[in-house]
Amino acid sequence: MADVMTQPARPAPKAPPRRTRAWRDILVGWSFILPNFLGFALFTLIPMLAAFALAFLDWDSYSTPEWVGLKNFQRMLGDENFHVALGNTLYYAAGHIPLTLVAALGLALVLDRKLRGMAFFRTAAFFPYVTSLVAVAIVWNMLFNPTAGPVNQVLGALGVDAPPRWVASTDWAMPAVIVTSVWRDMGYYMVLYLAGLQTIPKEYYEAATVDGAGAWQRFWSITLPSLRPTTFFVLVMLTIQSFKVLDLIVVMTEGGPGRSTKVLAQLVYEQGIREGRFGYSSAIALVLFLIVLTATLIQFRLNERRNG
Amino acid sequence: MTTLHDAPPVAGRRPGPEPGGRGRRGRGIVRGAAAYAALTVVTALVLVPFGWMVSSSLKRDNEVLTIPIQWIPDELRWSNFVDIWERIPLLTYLGNSAFLAVAITLLQVLSGSFAAYGFSKVRFPGRDGLFVAYIATIAVPWQAYMVPQYIMMQRAELTNTYWSIILLQAFGAFGVFLMRQYYMSIPDDLCEAARIDGLSEYGIYWRIMLPLSKPALASLALLTFVNTWNDYMGPFIYLTSNELWTVQLGLRSFVGQYEAEYAMIMAGAVLSVLPIVVIFLLGQRYFIRGIATSGLKG
Repeated sequence: MADVMTQPARPAPKAPPRRTRAWRDILVGWSFILPNFLGFALFTLIPMLAAFALAFLDWDSYSTPEWVGLKNFQRMLGDENFHVALGNTLYYAAGHIPLTLVAALGLALVLDRKLRGMAFFRTAAFFPYVTSLVAVAIVWNMLFNPTAGPVNQVLGALGVDAPPRWVASTDWAMPAVIVTSVWRDMGYYMVLYLAGLQTIPKEYYEAATVDGAGAWQRFWSITLPSLRPTTFFVLVMLTIQSFKVLDLIVVMTEGGPGRSTKVLAQLVYEQGIREGRFGYSSAIALVLFLIVLTATLIQFRLNERRNG
Repeated sequence: MTTLHDAPPVAGRRPGPEPGGRGRRGRGIVRGAAAYAALTVVTALVLVPFGWMVSSSLKRDNEVLTIPIQWIPDELRWSNFVDIWERIPLLTYLGNSAFLAVAITLLQVLSGSFAAYGFSKVRFPGRDGLFVAYIATIAVPWQAYMVPQYIMMQRAELTNTYWSIILLQAFGAFGVFLMRQYYMSIPDDLCEAARIDGLSEYGIYWRIMLPLSKPALASLALLTFVNTWNDYMGPFIYLTSNELWTVQLGLRSFVGQYEAEYAMIMAGAVLSVLPIVVIFLLGQRYFIRGIATSGLKG
């Protein structure tokens, strides 16, 4: 290794003509990329492009595909299941995005200290994120047990007379899912915030302290503005993650009780894979994708405007 | 205790006790104690569900949901951890999960790092455009194209085989992206010098880049392994035969069938999480680094 670096550069023997070299580079470059690219193109790229086309087809598992233009989308307008799922997805996003962001930032602020044993606390805060969803859902479903679950026992001890029935009630199942997902995801975003906090120069705080700024003032006028790039990134990630929520719902509530926690991605799964309505489910998937894309683009625009 | 070395210490960043104040030292101790108290409360809140899981796994079924909550069982029933293996084919499930996770991780790490070398150290027309296409797909939710994938697998008669899951998950763009980020930080001069010394591109990849990128390889391997081990939807969609099930599917189905066997369910949950705990504690340094890199440099 070391001698590779220290040897003086000497001209390569018989440099091949330029054209040959360009061809060689193409061949060599592609030979590196090809093994991954084959799998990627076949199993990600093609299905992704096919998803767009499928949305405009009338195609069920037993029928022959037929081009129908926007018919699938018209059908969506009148499909009550779609309306419910769209509403639930927005509800989930409206809870999951701000709560996770605040919890992650809070954790990062608490854990951004130089104290002995800090590493243990950080590891603990991150741990829910690496735990499997199935274990998480099983445990939280029991914690949320309406009669003897620990959550309601604590609420009872705090003086709540009629604690919610959580996953057993149509009104409270979604909040239960949101709490569970915030608990699981906050450690991941905490890591991003901790990295962001490292980039704030300590002189800012020193100067502010000299000027007599209190802890709260320092947070509002130094920490929060300095973290804006991190917050932007966290928001984009959270938005994408929230709108495509699927596995947590499938494992924890299966969309119930009733259809109180049914979300868009689950509708795609049910319609497309379980019922075999390939065309219609792809149209729903396309709407899901467009929502995510729009939300992301809006955030990029807002971010640019604030920076500009 | 293993540690999160990667978050650099933040010494002196936070303004300490005001200089020249009275009782400077005493205030420092009080502050330190208050900080620890806050940390302990926060961490306890985060970890309570795990405590509940472990405690419940050592109880009788009828002791799990009691009023008031009993945090430490009267009698530790370790037998739950013996009985669970006979109650469900847990060994098969764990083996299946391990097989899938190892196979997918190996393919992802090999093909990902190989492609990343092409994307970062070989110059050829169209390279950067192709890479942008890779990145763009990371932003598309998988849920948006799961149906076409399923149709493909169905037509190829690969549903209900491991092939479907391995083929769909082993060639993700994420691995290429993560490895390329790392390779970009290795100076091109190094490769140039090796070229002059007569090493072929494959030789440079194998003998220089791979050994240099061990931390990134470790990050990618850990993230992929844990993701695959924890994955629910893939196996849920594709694997219908019980003998192919992963531990996640097996556990979920057990809960569906025997809802009231709380303690046994919890014992299963503990066993399903245990391998991840071990792997995470051994390699968390790389884990966190992988997340921070893929996150902030994206």
